[in-house]
Amino acid sequence: MTAGNFHIPILTLLIFTPLAGAVIVALLPSGGNRRPRAVALAVAVCNFLLSLALPWGFDATTHRMQFVERLPWIPEIGANYLVGVDGMSLLLILLTTLITVIGVLCSWSAVQDRVKAYMACILIMEAGMIGVFVSLDLVLFFLFWEIGLVPMYFIIGIWGGERKLYATLKFFLYTVFGSVFMLVGILALYYAHGSLTGQYTFDLLKLVEVNYPFGLQCWVFLAFFLGFAIKVPMFPFHTWLPDAHVEAPTAGSVILAGVLLKMGTYAFLRFNLPLLPSASIAFIPYILILAVIGIIYGALLALAQKDLKKLVAYSSVSHLGFVMAGIFAVNQQGIDGGILQMVNHGLATGALFLLVGIIYERRHTRLMDDFGGLASVMPLFAVFMTIIVFSSIGLPGTNGFVGELLILVGVYKASVPTAVLAATGIILGAVYMLRMVQRVILGRVRHPENETLKDLNYREFLTLVPIVVLIIWIGVYPKPFLRLTSTGTAHLVETVQSKHAQLMAERQHTAGYQPVSAVFSDPRGTNATDSARPHSVRIGSARIIREEL
Amino acid sequence: MTVTLNHYLLLSMVLFSIGVMGVLLRRNIIIVLMSLELIFNAANLSLAAFSYYLQSINGMVFVVFSITVAAAEVAVGLAILVAVFRFRKTVYIDELNQMRG
Amino acid sequence: MFDIIWLIPLFPLTGAVANALAGARIGRKAIGWIGCSAVALAFLVATVLFFRLTGLPPDQRSATVTMFGWIASGGFQIDAVFLADPLSILMALVVSGVGFLIHVYSVGYMHDDRGFGRYFSFLNLFVFFMLVLVLSGDFLVMFFGWEGVGLCSYLLIGFWYEKKSASDAGKKAFIVNRVGDFGFIIGILLLFWSVAGQGVQSLRFDAVFDAARHLPPHTLTLVTALLFAGAIGKSAQFPLHVWLPDAMEGPTPVSALIHAATMVTAGVYMVARNSVLFTLAPVTGEVVAGLGIFTALFAATIGLVQNDIKKVLAYSTVSQLGYMFAAVGVGAFSAGIFHLMTHAFFKGLLFLGAGSVIHAMSGEQDMQRMGGLYRPLKATAITFIIGAVAIAGIPPLSGFWSKDEILYEVFRRGHPVLWAAGLLTAAMTAFYIFRQVFLIFSGPSRADEHTRSHIHESPRVMTVPLIVLAASAAIAGVFGFPFFKGGSPLHHFLSPVFAGGVHHAGAVAEEAAAGHGATAFILMGVSVVAAVTGILLAAFLYAEPFRRRAPSGLHPEVLAKRFTRLHNLLLNKYYVDEIYGKLIVDPLTRAARTCLSFDLSVIDGLVNGTGWLTRLTAWFSHQFDIYIVDGLVNSLATLVRYSSGVWRGLQTGYLQNYALIFVVGVLLMIAGVLVVI
Repeated sequence: MTAGNFHIPILTLLIFTPLAGAVIVALLPSGGNRRPRAVALAVAVCNFLLSLALPWGFDATTHRMQFVERLPWIPEIGANYLVGVDGMSLLLILLTTLITVIGVLCSWSAVQDRVKAYMACILIMEAGMIGVFVSLDLVLFFLFWEIGLVPMYFIIGIWGGERKLYATLKFFLYTVFGSVFMLVGILALYYAHGSLTGQYTFDLLKLVEVNYPFGLQCWVFLAFFLGFAIKVPMFPFHTWLPDAHVEAPTAGSVILAGVLLKMGTYAFLRFNLPLLPSASIAFIPYILILAVIGIIYGALLALAQKDLKKLVAYSSVSHLGFVMAGIFAVNQQGIDGGILQMVNHGLATGALFLLVGIIYERRHTRLMDDFGGLASVMPLFAVFMTIIVFSSIGLPGTNGFVGELLILVGVYKASVPTAVLAATGIILGAVYMLRMVQRVILGRVRHPENETLKDLNYREFLTLVPIVVLIIWIGVYPKPFLRLTSTGTAHLVETVQSKHAQLMAERQHTAGYQPVSAVFSDPRGTNATDSARPHSVRIGSARIIREEL
Repeated sequence: MTVTLNHYLLLSMVLFSIGVMGVLLRRNIIIVLMSLELIFNAANLSLAAFSYYLQSINGMVFVVFSITVAAAEVAVGLAILVAVFRFRKTVYIDELNQMRG
Repeated sequence: MFDIIWLIPLFPLTGAVANALAGARIGRKAIGWIGCSAVALAFLVATVLFFRLTGLPPDQRSATVTMFGWIASGGFQIDAVFLADPLSILMALVVSGVGFLIHVYSVGYMHDDRGFGRYFSFLNLFVFFMLVLVLSGDFLVMFFGWEGVGLCSYLLIGFWYEKKSASDAGKKAFIVNRVGDFGFIIGILLLFWSVAGQGVQSLRFDAVFDAARHLPPHTLTLVTALLFAGAIGKSAQFPLHVWLPDAMEGPTPVSALIHAATMVTAGVYMVARNSVLFTLAPVTGEVVAGLGIFTALFAATIGLVQNDIKKVLAYSTVSQLGYMFAAVGVGAFSAGIFHLMTHAFFKGLLFLGAGSVIHAMSGEQDMQRMGGLYRPLKATAITFIIGAVAIAGIPPLSGFWSKDEILYEVFRRGHPVLWAAGLLTAAMTAFYIFRQVFLIFSGPSRADEHTRSHIHESPRVMTVPLIVLAASAAIAGVFGFPFFKGGSPLHHFLSPVFAGGVHHAGAVAEEAAAGHGATAFILMGVSVVAAVTGILLAAFLYAEPFRRRAPSGLHPEVLAKRFTRLHNLLLNKYYVDEIYGKLIVDPLTRAARTCLSFDLSVIDGLVNGTGWLTRLTAWFSHQFDIYIVDGLVNSLATLVRYSSGVWRGLQTGYLQNYALIFVVGVLLMIAGVLVVI
């Protein structure tokens, strides 16, 4: 907790308000769709307002976790109910609560069937997502990670499109497949920490204090990578995304693109970098290659699409390639840009899905060829689409530019060819996005059905306005947002560099009499007392190697 | 000729055998019940005979008990019989094979 | 004292927002007033700053105004910062001045258009971004404006979005510009990290220029080349010139403002702004100059044969921009800026004149169907001819002075080949512009009856800007008039900006001392002769009274027939669009399709294959389960079932059977007991 007298467990409230809301919605008497919608909206708005309290009490000058709550949960295995936020998770929580409100609003008339269950699903998902962003205990994190999956499984599987079962199973199984490896990684760290220090715990803040041997780091990195990269999704693991997006109802797509994908990139930042610094550094080239392939490949795929939702889905692959490249530049600008770009992508892509949903609701088609000339019949829609598309392209003055620029600045420092190749994504982004704009809103109205389309109503207008405001705000004055994250980022970069340097130095030093892997050939840690001691050095006393910036 | 214990026992045996045959062979459940009475009374007869022969009152007591129990048994048996008849509309025992495996 | 500089872009921004929000509710008159007055106010503030600037001694004429911190991440700190120096204020004056006139003109030109409010909103937004571009004191703020004007260009080219060609052209413009911007942004990144290596973590012009002196030459060459890539895109230089002719799909005042007077010159301004860097990287300078003159010649040849009134002007713009790059490339930055300024006047004038003609001809743009418009459109015709004379380079109009200065500088700095090409271009310029004049205004009308009956002079609101621009085009040469004591006033005014260039400081002084010698006069004479030749040739080919006296071979159709191949090549613009279609667009489309099928078959195939394999395994284990695991259990049950058949027979349900068995049993037991005893 920041101030000594700040005793409201705000993070717990944030998690449990939507859960309670879900219960209330589920218990409402059946019949009538208005009431569940209204209750869900009220809960979502309450939670959003509650989350707005976070930046007020947040102290941006320290990298430490804030609003921390710690309760013993399963003391036998060292699992705690431990939650807290830093700037990065704070931004993502705000994004989550906002996107949830928008998700409820945009399903107002689109979902007519089993509204109670639907709204309950959305609220449970909100709880799961916030839980992921605040958990500082690996078991808790894993729990929330999986909780988020279930409602999404139902949202796609029940309220989805034609191939909903295929899509939802693919989404669910793919993600679970990854999270199994993640669980293995978590356990490996747990035992490693236990054998090195004698303390068996899942507490991230404690786990991070130890510098694990290089071999173990690499294996855990790979396990985590599989779990997170599928969620992001990175290049070869991306094929669940278009299917899930296409079949999901609008709110599902919005939440999926807006928040769920960020869980993957967030986890890379929260776990891989600080816990496995040396492995992260060793894997940088491979990740950058995958990220660049994702950027270009996703853009090319988007270029070949006829279906609007697929186009936006593939553009997500491209954009998240940017985020990954930024994160694995492992410097201040890259990571700051990556975090900001997560938010930006959530806003812009979420809004694009909203727009697609708006015209889908009117015409029941998502093919670009079925539209054209909408600027004449839906001028307001056209205005929003133009603004959001240009944010997605990364035009200066919109949020997309700030994020992409920072990422490029960071990546350029880490690897010039990567930056150059990534920058081609900016050209391709303009190509496929403008192609979409031209096919959908420009030109003449070619189909008579489109001539009578109604422009946005007040509800749709309301869902889009906050996004556009944020797009311009972050584009013109991103400082308040960057200020939240920069201290944490600086500390993260420092941690990674110093831990890595320390490990490398030790490796050279101890190479003569004991290889690092020897410590781990004895999993019980019987010799941990003597030979493994040097590995468990606290960061606080470590020599800090400052990055140039 | 004097009536000795053996005569009583012989009579008792005959009555018993008639009773057993009746139980085993007759189809009418009323006859089966009556045959059961016959078996009872065969037993009672030999009890009484032995009591007299051994000059012991115990046998007499048993006989009195036994007759009482038999009366009760007949009452229960007839009640069941009436119930069975109401239910199945028959008193022929070969038609009552509900317990068949 | 320059604190109010932010007001300059603020006014147009306010106008844009006001018209965007309220445009549907307020009348056309109000929209027009808001739009024009916003730009007029910006011009006023710029004028005030100009006089404040001239009130200072030359070496103090530079002030940066920091508005707020924009992007901050670690050492990467970018402020929203404006720079007031002679160059930026001059550009602000040109942009807002010409912009104001074009706004006024637009009130008349767009009067009947459905999207009147939208038009003025976009146009004001454009002026905002353009002013930010020229007033910025930081590379990224400049990039903000740079991309912003690209956005407005996209929106305004595709203004009549229902026309497919218009939306195509807008898209093309934006994407081609992005290709250039790709280089630009990489250049900025390289520059940032290079100067960061010198301990300067900033992208402010002053800081970067100070640090740049210590950078290795090859870095500077690379940086300037990448920055120039951005300029190639924005200023439509070969090979990224293809978007500009297509951009003529937009409303004509837009072509005048964005695609002639201001936005396309942003590349030249950028190079001039970075004069320090370009002076330090002479290799890039050579490339800039060479590419500039090549583009000038290349575009001029295409312009010779075009028949669309706006296309001719578009290629002429590309060509004139080439001149400017030639100037800044050889290091004559103020000559480039001078030409930029005069070009803004006369090309803006020509475009507006063309707009007035199109307006009169009910939207006709083909010059083959015009002719004889001098009499009905007197004001338009006279102003257009003034513009034509100016661009042709006939003294004493402004175009002569600026173009001649460029040619002189190119020659003087040791590039005779470039000079010769420039001279040839000058002759061609004179030819094509007068070909246009004669085709439009002279001879009999070739329009159809209906159009002819509707020909009318444009309203005052359109002709007055024409007249003002014509006057400016005529007299703007004064600013660059080289015969004043101490060199041309413009030169003098701009010299503090460009004196930053290392070698250049000396050059300016030396030049001022030397003045224009005999060489200068000879070169002037030669270029005048070239221009006059061009005009005469055009007259012989296209002007009625001269045509009859022309030699027999000198006739457009005859020439076109004799040089069919060349004519076709020029008419088809050297097939550049087609080559791009084959070399870039088609492969990209094919790559996209290939990627899609790869994604669906291979990558998704792997995922689905894994799923299929899992299901196959599941099927096998299912079979195993049914027949083997479950089989064991079931067979036990079967055994029990069959054996039960035997035993069930015992249970007859007949009471007497049981009793019989019981009796038999008792008898057997008795028998057993007897036997044992």
